[in-house]
Amino acid sequence: MSLLLSRRLLLRALGLSGVGLAFAPSLSNRALASPASRRTLVTVFLRGGVDGLSLVPPVEDAAYHRARPTLALRATGEGAALKLSGPFGLHPQLAPLMSLWNEGHLAVLHGVGLPTPVRSHFDAQDFVESGTPGRKSTPDGWLNRALSAEESAAPLRAVALQATLPRALFGDAGALAMGRLEEFRLRAGKRGAEATRGFAALYAGAVDQALRTTGQGAFDALSQLDEQHLARLPPTSGVEYPRGPLGQRLADIARLIRGDVGLEVAATEMGGWDTHAAQGAATGTFANRCTELAGALSAFARDVGPLLGRVTVVVLTEFGRTVRENGSRGTDHGVGSAMLVLGGGVKGGRVYGRFESLTPDRLQDGRDVPAWTDVRAPLAEVLSACRPGVDLTRVFPGFTPGPSLGLFA
Amino acid sequence: MRLLSLCSLAVVLLSCASTPHPVVRSEAPPDQGPGAEVHLLQRWAFGPSERDLAEVRRLGVRGWVEERLARKDAPVSAALEAKLQEFPTLTMSMTQLASDYPGKKEREQALLDGRELMRPVRIGLELSAAKVLRAVEGPNPLEEVLVDFWFNHFNVSADKGAVRWMVTSYERDAIRPHVFGRFRDLLEATARHPAMLFYLDNWRSTRDGMPKLGQRLTRRGVAPMMMEDDGDGDDEDPAESEPKPGLNENYARELLELHTLGVDGGYSQQDVREVARSFTGWSIRRPRREPEFVFRRRAHDMEAKQVLGQVIPARGGEADGEKVLDLLARHPATARHLATKLARRFVSDTPPPALVDRLAKVFLSSDGDLPTMYRALIDSPEFWAPEARGAKVKTPFEFVVSALRATGAQVEVRPRLVQALARMGEPLYRAPAPTGFPEVAAPWVNSGALVARLNFSLDLVSGRVPGARVSLASLATPSTPTAEAWVDTLGRALLGTTPSEETRATVLAALSKRTEAASAEGEPSPVDVQLVAGLLLGSPEFQRQ
Repeated sequence: MSLLLSRRLLLRALGLSGVGLAFAPSLSNRALASPASRRTLVTVFLRGGVDGLSLVPPVEDAAYHRARPTLALRATGEGAALKLSGPFGLHPQLAPLMSLWNEGHLAVLHGVGLPTPVRSHFDAQDFVESGTPGRKSTPDGWLNRALSAEESAAPLRAVALQATLPRALFGDAGALAMGRLEEFRLRAGKRGAEATRGFAALYAGAVDQALRTTGQGAFDALSQLDEQHLARLPPTSGVEYPRGPLGQRLADIARLIRGDVGLEVAATEMGGWDTHAAQGAATGTFANRCTELAGALSAFARDVGPLLGRVTVVVLTEFGRTVRENGSRGTDHGVGSAMLVLGGGVKGGRVYGRFESLTPDRLQDGRDVPAWTDVRAPLAEVLSACRPGVDLTRVFPGFTPGPSLGLFA
Repeated sequence: MRLLSLCSLAVVLLSCASTPHPVVRSEAPPDQGPGAEVHLLQRWAFGPSERDLAEVRRLGVRGWVEERLARKDAPVSAALEAKLQEFPTLTMSMTQLASDYPGKKEREQALLDGRELMRPVRIGLELSAAKVLRAVEGPNPLEEVLVDFWFNHFNVSADKGAVRWMVTSYERDAIRPHVFGRFRDLLEATARHPAMLFYLDNWRSTRDGMPKLGQRLTRRGVAPMMMEDDGDGDDEDPAESEPKPGLNENYARELLELHTLGVDGGYSQQDVREVARSFTGWSIRRPRREPEFVFRRRAHDMEAKQVLGQVIPARGGEADGEKVLDLLARHPATARHLATKLARRFVSDTPPPALVDRLAKVFLSSDGDLPTMYRALIDSPEFWAPEARGAKVKTPFEFVVSALRATGAQVEVRPRLVQALARMGEPLYRAPAPTGFPEVAAPWVNSGALVARLNFSLDLVSGRVPGARVSLASLATPSTPTAEAWVDTLGRALLGTTPSEETRATVLAALSKRTEAASAEGEPSPVDVQLVAGLLLGSPEFQRQ
């Protein structure tokens, strides 16, 4: 679709320019780059360090309740956690996700984190997103390295729905960031057609190959989004996203998926998880974040509908939080947290990963849920499932995965 | 030297033969080829402005460079001074900033006491605004280019905890005073600055086996040495205040890999460790309350070290770190690494090896004298070679500043302008990794960022960039107001040279479509000057320097 559009645009540009532009339209190899076995990978980075013990509370563990007199979620009664499996429950405000759990589309991984504790948001996010824990000078990100092994001119193969490109998408493979889908357009007012044609022709004739290719990508993407009116595509009938940035961003990602634009990777984020004080249990600050998260994810799943089988969503964070609640009824920066994986091929309805009773002797530095599972292990499995044959030694250099978690069928 | 000018002459002859444009006679020495002034300003001044172009023409390339290297030029203009006065944080100390622009908790507490305090985000906005203003209209754009280069080389990010209160001082007190000095001094200034000590965690690095500092010390009135209130709840965990002694290698690793030797500089993991041991005790008194350098004798590893084969004897104390800096600042690998980085920034993404070799030698023979390095670059035939002209893609900052300079915009920087840069991928003072922002084109050239650049171009010429006013008519008015004449005059004004045949034809074609539409309605069509200017600023030619 976009190939045809871009050719048309290009021909218009060539016709208009009146000079022979030294430009050979390169064949888009999207068809090759997205074999039928591929799934679109969507990452939702929860920034601030999610309290995994409130997201997926081990409600049957007595040590959990001892460590958290006011913050622990109950196993039964009012505001109780929703029963998952083993000792685990799901935060009650995540109820909209229960149908995905019951249908086997949602898996939980607990005790996951960086192999060496890093308790600075900045550094921990950097290490998760670069995919090279402990190595700060890695210039690119894990998601980009997963794509950059193959050349592709598909303009919308990697999109971040956030104002700036996240670290995970830094790198050689063309990735673009947009705060909202509707912002990705030329603001040329009345002279929109002329400006678009003019720029398209200027970039088609650019001497610099990188600028020429990028320009082509940009105008392909612009025309594709424009002619499909994707930014204004309404959600599937009956689906309503919750208010707030995450709902809007996931709605935009759903538009790209439904518009079949060749999306391979989408990344977005949600803040507000740094709950040092007054975190709350079944209600309160943390619970409100859960409401937004679950509402947006659930709406997304219903919005893409049957296409969910071709999509995998990973919800991750930079670290978990202290097992004991602090003096301000909050929790501080910890190590291991929980991760959610949902979508096609996921063997859901199960809690994965090693997890033990939270007695102080089992904790990292006597205070934190350890990273029993290296964060790269599930990400590697997700990548292998979404992009069969992906070179994991390139994506996570120096990482040797242990036995498979078995997240995927 | 004679050989050098012969090479240069050959370069000129070649470039004259290959250029399609008529050779413009200028006062530039003949070995620099046509368009020398524009090329010089593209790389060393964020692009030509009317004022600086006139200055280079008056003084000649070398005269202009020497005057700026000597910082002998005019002081900050009254207009710029007045604008900078509006940013009180620029001259404040780190302590003042931390107390007057505190984190959320302190602000809420102050509100209860009836005082309204400023948010720390203001610090970054004012610093960014000042950076744009100084680059656009400051008296010494060459200095601003170098401050940008060296800050990026020794990058710290305001996004990491307490660095937000330190970054203003870091640029003002550690980077800027040394960009025309010796590398060794610049290196030490960064090594001792709280921003670097905090950013790369050296302030909390202690000798291995150091006992935990308990409450006892705190009660005696000695500040806990680690992780006091080092954050805003935004990054570092304020509750993580128990000292966790131990060696931290972050600074040591980046010092070797990024600041001095380079990743292939021939050091081992053992060297990283030994360097880290040498810097134990280089710390911050209290990151939030008293952000100043302190040497903590108790935390320092007093044993002997061996760095790159050199023994640093036991009991050296604070001087161990200085010895390491001495060693690194004069190391051939450092010379090569810095030569490569400078050549990459100022000549091309893939700098000619011969140039890197020569620069590395200059670095060693001048004992790291930075102006000598800059002169060697500007005097090199590689800098003036035709293949170096327009060979660099502008970073977002270079693009925005060069557009403001080329259009002679009246600028009062507003947050929107700073945010526009973030959308193009360059959030000022918040580069996400110690490597700083990329010096090469590839990471900047992506579709999203490109659309942001095109929109900035269109917004700027139609007066939609808040805080930037452009008058196209005063920039260039052709004698006959035809489309062709407008494209040529605006092209010369904005691109610094007559636009290429392709660019010219394409812009004219875009215009003619509009003209056809207008004439179909039987009206004479005035030239859409804004469209011409917008297309030129957004053109591939303007993305390069």
